[in-house]
Amino acid sequence: MGKIKQTMSKTEIKKSVLSISENGLEKPVSNKRLEVLKTYKIYIGGQFPRTESGRFYVAKDSSGKQLANVCLSSRKDFRDAVVAARGAFGGWSSRAAFNRGQILYRMAEMLEGRKAQFIDELIQQDLPKGKAEKEINTAIDRLIYYSGWCDKFQQLFSSVNPVASSHFNFSVPEPTGVVSIIAPQNDSLLGLVSVIAPVIAGGNTCVVLASETKPLCAVTFAEVLNSSDLPGGVVNILTGTVKELASWFVDHMDVNATIYCENDSVIQKMMRDKAALNLKRVFFYNDINWNGDKGQSPYFIMDTQEIKTTWHPVENIAGAGGGY
Amino acid sequence: MPSVKKTNSAPKNNTLKLNFDTSWSYAPAPESKSAATINPQYDLFIDGQWQKPLSKKYFNTINPANEEKLSEVAEANEADVEKAVRAARNAYEKYWKKLVPKERGKYIFRIARMVQERARELAIIESLDGGKPIRESRDFDVPTAANHFFYYAGWADKLEYAFPNRTTEPLGVAGQIIPWNFPLLMAAWKIAPALATGNTVVLKPAETTPLTALKLAEIIQEADLPPGVVNIITGAGATGAAIVNHPDINKIAFTGSTEVGKIIQRAIAGTDKKVTLELGGKAANIIFEDAPIDQAVEGVINGIYFNQGHVCCAGSRLYVQESVAKKVIKKLKDRIETLIVGDPLDKNTDIGAINSKQQLETIHKYLKIGKQEGAEMYESSCSLPGKGFWCRPTLFTNVAQSNRIAQEEIFGPVLAILTFRTDDEVIEKANNSPYGLSAGVWTDKGSKIFNMTKRMRAGVIWANTFNKFDPSSPFGGYKESGFGREGGLHGLNAYVNLVN
Repeated sequence: MGKIKQTMSKTEIKKSVLSISENGLEKPVSNKRLEVLKTYKIYIGGQFPRTESGRFYVAKDSSGKQLANVCLSSRKDFRDAVVAARGAFGGWSSRAAFNRGQILYRMAEMLEGRKAQFIDELIQQDLPKGKAEKEINTAIDRLIYYSGWCDKFQQLFSSVNPVASSHFNFSVPEPTGVVSIIAPQNDSLLGLVSVIAPVIAGGNTCVVLASETKPLCAVTFAEVLNSSDLPGGVVNILTGTVKELASWFVDHMDVNATIYCENDSVIQKMMRDKAALNLKRVFFYNDINWNGDKGQSPYFIMDTQEIKTTWHPVENIAGAGGGY
Repeated sequence: MPSVKKTNSAPKNNTLKLNFDTSWSYAPAPESKSAATINPQYDLFIDGQWQKPLSKKYFNTINPANEEKLSEVAEANEADVEKAVRAARNAYEKYWKKLVPKERGKYIFRIARMVQERARELAIIESLDGGKPIRESRDFDVPTAANHFFYYAGWADKLEYAFPNRTTEPLGVAGQIIPWNFPLLMAAWKIAPALATGNTVVLKPAETTPLTALKLAEIIQEADLPPGVVNIITGAGATGAAIVNHPDINKIAFTGSTEVGKIIQRAIAGTDKKVTLELGGKAANIIFEDAPIDQAVEGVINGIYFNQGHVCCAGSRLYVQESVAKKVIKKLKDRIETLIVGDPLDKNTDIGAINSKQQLETIHKYLKIGKQEGAEMYESSCSLPGKGFWCRPTLFTNVAQSNRIAQEEIFGPVLAILTFRTDDEVIEKANNSPYGLSAGVWTDKGSKIFNMTKRMRAGVIWANTFNKFDPSSPFGGYKESGFGREGGLHGLNAYVNLVN
């Protein structure tokens, strides 16, 4: 591929250092440039901190080869992320819908520019090259798709209501607030993009738990977000385990909705139960093929929208008939 | 003419006060009870027939205005619920889901017409059983209920236009549990969209106000709706729980308290049941200094004292801009003096009876809390009838944002008044509530209205008006006021699956 290898296992690092002493007095291999490895960190409030817990886990491919040390995010990381998401909500939700569309388009542009890097990571995470290429292409197109919806779904799902009294009455969708998302475990890039895009296209902010076993693309996607004029805090991405974090994702009192993308009925039950605490809206996106056309729709945007109805009196002008 | 006298309290600005109590009294104008028929006993309406409860139990429903028994109704137990759900499932599978949509619609049109035909009777029973003024049941509850059926009837054969690029399918059997504040209207809000979208129904009215729902069952029978499409069963919390927990129910629609809404949400965890919840509220009603003050005062009065304040979207938190607070409070105090509290069947009555003894106790508890927290209570000086459950229209001044009377839903004729200086401050205060059902704003400035209506986190916002409802207008909350909408195009969503 001829690209910078994104990660090198710790054993490989040791080998390249050791090779100097192994070779003894022979000409050292130091003229071979030492690769700069990437630290996979989490993304909160537009910044890349490590988990406050100082913990990590090892992401591996299917052969057991170590890909990277990844942050094992804690409940406190989640809470920090919710604070960031809530802080960003006012600004993001009141942006012009057109502007949100521009930013989603910019995200697609940035993703396109770093295609090769994502293909590399997808391959490392066990995808064959052809499928990796298809996944990144679909992910880019999905952002374009939702970019276009930003200033259109409101028109489609709004109504002017012909009330019987002398009032002007209309209903429009508005973002529900902060959304916590447990992203799909497979389709580690496309699934992630497919659940984030409709949520932020509609003006919400979110905290996302990346695929547990395939977290690399999610962190790299955070770098795309970071360079796309997306305000810090609109999307926050954590890495860690579903088992540890799922219950915190759904029982935080300042989260308005939760999206969960797997079939685990125990977790689903727990989520609907805990969501009752502050009546979060809960959505299960299991059995969705993110690769197909059913992986995208304005109805995904509408899931995290509230309908607001506004009434205002209409003056009846004295003496004026209907036909003037 | 009411007498006009100078008040001694404010001689400086020569304020005049209308004195209504002494020389302005209305002759009684009672609606006749003879226009309504109430049976001494009601059974359960299951599978198109009146069936004796398997529980063999009945409970009394009383008139809250005089505590006299009106009738006794069956108490459905789990076995009765089972019977009702089976009837609904059977009707769904064998008949209702296969029926041509336009014919489905025509049944609902028929119900709408019959509600209109029997409007007077329904209004009288609504006021007898629930305590609300006949003026409200006659002019609001019953006509709006009929209109709701009429509105959704027309949707039955037009659903393919409602959801772009999707077709709809019904969910199946809907279990519907409704409150006591608008008994017939809530039954209409639940039944009409469910039927229009092709679902069948098991509905439970509140235990204190079952009669108009049972009258509606008579109408449904008369309309010749296929047996089992609508089943109406009476009972208290246990009956509701049996409906929520029944495994063969596909959808729960509940209107009531946030507390019970949360219990329902927990109860259906781990099932595939869909749910919509229309729960409590603590609406902020905001008056700016540039508002037409007299109009705003009328709106505040309507906002909190409509239906004795038994309204989930009642404007129970009033925020007045400091510069006009004194004036507004004075006008409100004067205005509540003029409200006529008394016989719900009297056409002059503004405020009827509190729905139940239990609710009156809740209200009294909050009046006590309000005083303990340091707020100043003011109530109308009107006299109250000796029997029945009554509460004078009441307001609190000197209320702090953190006071319980400013945070919790009282569900009675009790207004908490707070003040503010700037737009940002009042937005912050208005949104600082776990609820988000409704809100109101009063100002003469258009751009300010839209700034406020946009930033307030609530499902229904009234600008320069309050407590208006219409079948075509979606209603429902943000946050802990529940989810899902009732009414309008968006109300269909609660009863369909969307398929490609």
